[in-house]
Amino acid sequence: MSTTTGTQRITLAKAINLGLRRALESDPKVLLMGEDIGALGGVFRVTDGLYKDFGADRVVDTPLAESGIVGTAIGLALRGYRSVCEIQFDGFIYPAFDQITTQLSRMHYRSQGRLSLPVVIRVPYGGGIGAIEHHSESPEVLFAHTAGLRVVSPSTPADAYVMIQQAVASPDPVLFFEPKGRYWDKGDVDLDAPLVDASTGETGLDRAVVVRPGTDLTLVGYGPTVGTCLKVADAAAAEGTSIEVVDLRTLSPLDAATVAESVRRTGRCVVVHEAPVLYGTGAEVAARITEECFYHLQAPVLRVGGFHVPYPVSKLEHEYLPSLDRILDAVDRSLAY
Amino acid sequence: MSQTGPLTDSGLVQLLTPAGVRVEHPDYSPRIAHLDADALRGMYRDMVLVRRFDNEATALQRQGELGLWAQSLGQEAAQIGSGRALAPQDYVFPSYREHGVAHTRGVDLADLLRLFRGIDHGGWNPADHNFHLYTLVIASHTLHATGYAMGVQRDGLVGTGDPERDMAVVAYFGDGATSQGDLNEALVFSAVNNAGLVLFCQNNQWAISESTTHQSRAPLADRGPGFGVPSVRVDGNDVLACYAVTAEALERARSGGGPTLIEAFTYRMGAHTTSDDPSRYRSSAEEEYWRQRDPIDRLRALLVAEGELPAEFEAGLDADSDALGERIRAAVHAMGRPSTSSMFVHVYAGPNAIVDAERAWFQEYEASFLGGGEGAHR
Repeated sequence: MSTTTGTQRITLAKAINLGLRRALESDPKVLLMGEDIGALGGVFRVTDGLYKDFGADRVVDTPLAESGIVGTAIGLALRGYRSVCEIQFDGFIYPAFDQITTQLSRMHYRSQGRLSLPVVIRVPYGGGIGAIEHHSESPEVLFAHTAGLRVVSPSTPADAYVMIQQAVASPDPVLFFEPKGRYWDKGDVDLDAPLVDASTGETGLDRAVVVRPGTDLTLVGYGPTVGTCLKVADAAAAEGTSIEVVDLRTLSPLDAATVAESVRRTGRCVVVHEAPVLYGTGAEVAARITEECFYHLQAPVLRVGGFHVPYPVSKLEHEYLPSLDRILDAVDRSLAY
Repeated sequence: MSQTGPLTDSGLVQLLTPAGVRVEHPDYSPRIAHLDADALRGMYRDMVLVRRFDNEATALQRQGELGLWAQSLGQEAAQIGSGRALAPQDYVFPSYREHGVAHTRGVDLADLLRLFRGIDHGGWNPADHNFHLYTLVIASHTLHATGYAMGVQRDGLVGTGDPERDMAVVAYFGDGATSQGDLNEALVFSAVNNAGLVLFCQNNQWAISESTTHQSRAPLADRGPGFGVPSVRVDGNDVLACYAVTAEALERARSGGGPTLIEAFTYRMGAHTTSDDPSRYRSSAEEEYWRQRDPIDRLRALLVAEGELPAEFEAGLDADSDALGERIRAAVHAMGRPSTSSMFVHVYAGPNAIVDAERAWFQEYEASFLGGGEGAHR
């Protein structure tokens, strides 16, 4: 089980797999916990091969109880272990909500910094895969609203590989939302990528990035919607509109400064996510951008996302999800001001 | 009280009757054989001091010095008996009423009051005493204890045969917590992992106003076998029996024998907290019945009958109790208000731009009033 090096073109799922492998190799205190993550390799095969190479004590098939997974991970963390918990699907995280919000997020605060809980909770999230109920949801803001947690979501294999390792190394609990609809998207991954910037000493795990420069409008996405935003930028470019795309990467902390810096140049902003628009990330971004860039704005910040309905049946999910056309419509509305 | 279901007092391990007469038990008497008169006086002293502390805290709440207090009154035997069975290396996850256990772990009792005074969510360093912070969500910590025991297993500190090394983990919880999913998940996880855990339930008969009949139709200890977890019911007002059954469970845990569920059948003589009024939901006859089974009176009767409670000891203990009460009062009065900016500290272990920005804004906001006169913005 020697570490692979160099740059490879791999899927996002494989990138997380290799990131977890590297975390397991570099720290004997790292454990993986979850349902079906052992011999099966997880229902999405993200932990494929790790059980065979690291054994049942470090790649732990748990009872089917999400509160139990997170609660025991907290206890293991108090004993010096770093657990990476897999919640099988987004819609199954709710039994663990109590442990995450009343315990995991607060132990450091409650103990005045004496206790730390470096626990990572991996959550395959989002829709577009034709699934039945509870398998396509986007509950990320429930956790972003809770102080003490970090909430991140990669959009590319390269980011996924680095960010999962940074999450494991973080002294704070991290909710790691994996865009399951993008698991099989491929991208180039530098397997020797550093986890810490040598010059600044920072991980960048709390930073948004501009993934495509533009001048007319800032399009903000994260996780599964970044790819869609890039396609929107392509389509708009064909019509002569230059769109800048920002990948938030982290919802908590939210890097509004990077978005604001962009909007001060473009004057327009559209935020895109699969989660419902009501009280969503877009609302927070819009409020902050309005406060910080009021005199630069040529149009109100617009939002494209899910509706205030339970996640619909899969035959309707493409109408529910922010599609290329719905985003372009919002872009046109913004430009019309 | 002849009762059925969860209220029955049949099947309890008892080594000391309510009148203070020793009872022989083939399995458990040997576990207290080494407790000499000094050890028994020590437990008596523990219980008396903890009750004095508890009464002092109740008074401090009534005087407005504490926002709330959760009394341990009546549960001293369950807590001191189990607590004194622990080894220094064992690790305890309390609920929020385990003041007696805290005392056995060497926590300064005054520090317990920081939480109830509203100046701290914790109050002590768990690593100093192997005594975790109080957890207010009633069964959450039973899973933390399970995970901690799984870590102890991985550290190779179970079943080595070295009494100085082998380590057990204990979680304390109440009858109300047995209805929570987390406790049931703790039973599942600890059982399938064979975790070195003691799940110590103080069944004090009342979850605020709900009697145990609202939580179960069978004795709470009966739940263990269904999970494959050995269980024992013990007279929770019998400090010797509580010591003995805990010692057995700790030995099982430390030797690699896995978890045990203990139901200590006791009674919450006080209110749930100082905000509660038990007269609305339970009878004085019931309270009187339990007053006749008081854990401290019971051990005192034994010591007196055996001629092991000299007047000098009692006088010394009286003086120490008074001194403790005075020290607790002085300590609470001396507890200052935390600084406003401390609310922003320790939210995250690493830097966090959102918290930092809000803190900076708030400090600027507060500073802007400095010239505006006393309390200008409040």
